Amino acid sequence: MKQSNKALILLVSGAIAATLPGAVFSQAARSYISIVGSSTVYPFATVVAEQFGGTGKFKTPKVESTGSGGGIKLFCSGVGVQYPDIANSSRAIKPGELQDCAAHGVKEVVEVKIGYDGIVLAESVAAPGLKLGLRDVYLALAKQVPDPTGKQVLVANPYKTWKDVNPQLPATVIEVLGPPPTSGTRDAFVELAMEGGCKTVSWIKAIKDQDEARFKQVCHTIREDGRFIEAGENDNLIVQKLKANAKAVGIFGYSFLEENTDAVKGSPIDGVEPTFENIASGKYPVSRPLFFYVKKAHIGSIPGISEYLQEFTSLKAMGEEGYLADRGLVPLPSAEFKAVAAKVKQLVPMPIPR
Amino acid sequence: MRANDGDDDRARRQLSPEETRRRVDASLRRRYRSEQLFRLYGLGSVCLGVVFLLVLFGTIIGSGYSAFRQGFVRLDVHFDADLIDPDGGRDLDVLSAADYSLLVKAALRELVPEVASRAEKRELNGLVSSGAVFELRDTVMADAQILGQTRSLWLPLSGDVDLWIKARSAGKSGEDMGGKLSANQRAWLERLQADDRIELRFNRTFFTSGDSREPELAGIWGATKGSFFMLLVTLLLSFPLGVAAAIYLEEFARRSWWVDIVEVNINNLAAVPSIVFGLLGLAVFINFFGLPRSAPLVGGLVLTLMTLPVVIIASRAAIKAVPPSVREAALGIGASQMQMVFHHVLPLALPGMLTGAIIGMARALGESAPLLMIGMVAFIVDVPGGPMSPSTALPVQIYLWADSPERAFVARTSAAIMVLLAFLLVMNASAVWLRSRFERRW
Repeated sequence: MKQSNKALILLVSGAIAATLPGAVFSQAARSYISIVGSSTVYPFATVVAEQFGGTGKFKTPKVESTGSGGGIKLFCSGVGVQYPDIANSSRAIKPGELQDCAAHGVKEVVEVKIGYDGIVLAESVAAPGLKLGLRDVYLALAKQVPDPTGKQVLVANPYKTWKDVNPQLPATVIEVLGPPPTSGTRDAFVELAMEGGCKTVSWIKAIKDQDEARFKQVCHTIREDGRFIEAGENDNLIVQKLKANAKAVGIFGYSFLEENTDAVKGSPIDGVEPTFENIASGKYPVSRPLFFYVKKAHIGSIPGISEYLQEFTSLKAMGEEGYLADRGLVPLPSAEFKAVAAKVKQLVPMPIPR
Repeated sequence: MRANDGDDDRARRQLSPEETRRRVDASLRRRYRSEQLFRLYGLGSVCLGVVFLLVLFGTIIGSGYSAFRQGFVRLDVHFDADLIDPDGGRDLDVLSAADYSLLVKAALRELVPEVASRAEKRELNGLVSSGAVFELRDTVMADAQILGQTRSLWLPLSGDVDLWIKARSAGKSGEDMGGKLSANQRAWLERLQADDRIELRFNRTFFTSGDSREPELAGIWGATKGSFFMLLVTLLLSFPLGVAAAIYLEEFARRSWWVDIVEVNINNLAAVPSIVFGLLGLAVFINFFGLPRSAPLVGGLVLTLMTLPVVIIASRAAIKAVPPSVREAALGIGASQMQMVFHHVLPLALPGMLTGAIIGMARALGESAPLLMIGMVAFIVDVPGGPMSPSTALPVQIYLWADSPERAFVARTSAAIMVLLAFLLVMNASAVWLRSRFERRW
């Protein structure tokens, strides 16, 4: 009896002891770069990380897909090996987040703009093809729209088919598959496409100057009567659904359109096709910049950060014919590219707002 | 009224035998029919379940089996010493930093000499995986004598080319794979195929390497090892703790309000959504104890919290199933309470406990939500060396690949699901086997 008793105690205490080195370990150095943040930047950051690790001099950085907001929060929680070195983001860091950073001792943050991402409205290749304007997108998808009879009041969205929205569009039922509110793609779509269309209604635009919050509520709220279907964060799933349903329209990132040109095609917005060239030149209206943020205090203490920055901002990665462009990142115009590369060399930190 | 009922009863009992038989026959038919119908319903629901399962397996296997093979091209690579090591020093640093893509490009140019323009060169170089470069580097680093010689090597094709080759070998026209390959590339590939320079081979990389953004270089070994370390930690912690808790609660604890509260809480914990354990793990293990993010150790700790209630409940059920007569006999011949538990009850209950633990572990293996919070949803190329090095887990790897834009990851996602299903099947089958082999019934 004694023996089995001892064995059990030994087993339990051994298992607990196994957890102890952790506390010691976290104090020690970290030999790899830790990157967190946006799931939109993830496909690009991982390609650079792999290239960087493939040269064999440094370990391959660890890239976590946490979403922009979550990533910046982790990034801003302090200086030290247990905190990430770089945060990817599909939007610019907010002043409040920078203040939060500074409050935790992260005083020097370097912003690196890496390129653009287009958000496309796409259909199955079998569909006849919608030629949309931003205004059509807004009218078809907003929860409340201006009264169709012309009165300056908002009514619950009455439109059932695209033809109701705009007589020039076909009489197919409105059925749009898009990302859920937790997604950065959704944020950007709402800000760029919905708000863009919203502004074409002059009396709604006038609200913006008086009551910004009201304006946002009117323009940013997507209808919830089943015409807009939240299809989850997975863009591949939306592509699959579009393939099966020629009447539906999907909203996702440009890189997924590029990979699936045999199954889906992008709808032109205000007459501009969502092509690589149009997004790069800024003609295509629904595109957003992508960033990453570097903790300057970690450069030197974590091996390889400056080399990783070099790799990311090199011509062969971020340039017009670089490997990131092959993956669907829309590169910066060459003047902007040079400015970013120079900024990375000097590591100019962002001013902290008061 | 009562008297009347009694009269009716008596009247019924006085029915003629023929009438009784007729009535019984009629009701018998009805009863048989309803039983048959019930069986049919049961059979129908089982069949429906099987059909769904077959559809699920069918789609997964149908889209995933092709990932176990990978297209390779045979190139005559000339290891040009002037390109790789111009000084001739054979210094390992020089060899490691050299641009091996030049060798691949040169070998491709030899096969397709008519390529002239820059755009065409890019197309041609795009046929071979960017991982071929690492393979050449490793070859040279392993044996520098090879410099200056020409070797015929099988190098992996890039993901899109691989898809095209597979679609063609499956009898579909390559056109199905869309506009990813240019007309030039298709023509070159057809020529290479005619020369027997292209082959589909077993995809060893898939089982031996970590994650990659190049589908043809991506593998599940890193994720599998991460899952293994995690389950190891989970097993080491949850089994002894769970069994100890179950023994105490069943055999030693006196009935009191305190024990009732513990019991209710254990049953509650078994039903808590797993993401909650992830949040708890983030707050306690990472933020408070300062353990590193993305470590299988933390994953294992979180999964332990999740599995513990399952193990305790299963272990208690196993202990309860041991008949009291065994306990009474042991106590009757003078065993102490503890001797009775460890010499008699525990050995008899152990198979049931192990079964519960294995089923709990299988659940833990398929879990991805709690790992999201503790940083294991990450791109990690290096295969983890221990429970402290950063890693992902199998379900997380599946999630990450399912989210990748590259088309060739679709098949790899399904292939990874097949591997995960195989592990789950083995674990659950071993639980069933253990039960049937060792469990005693009274």
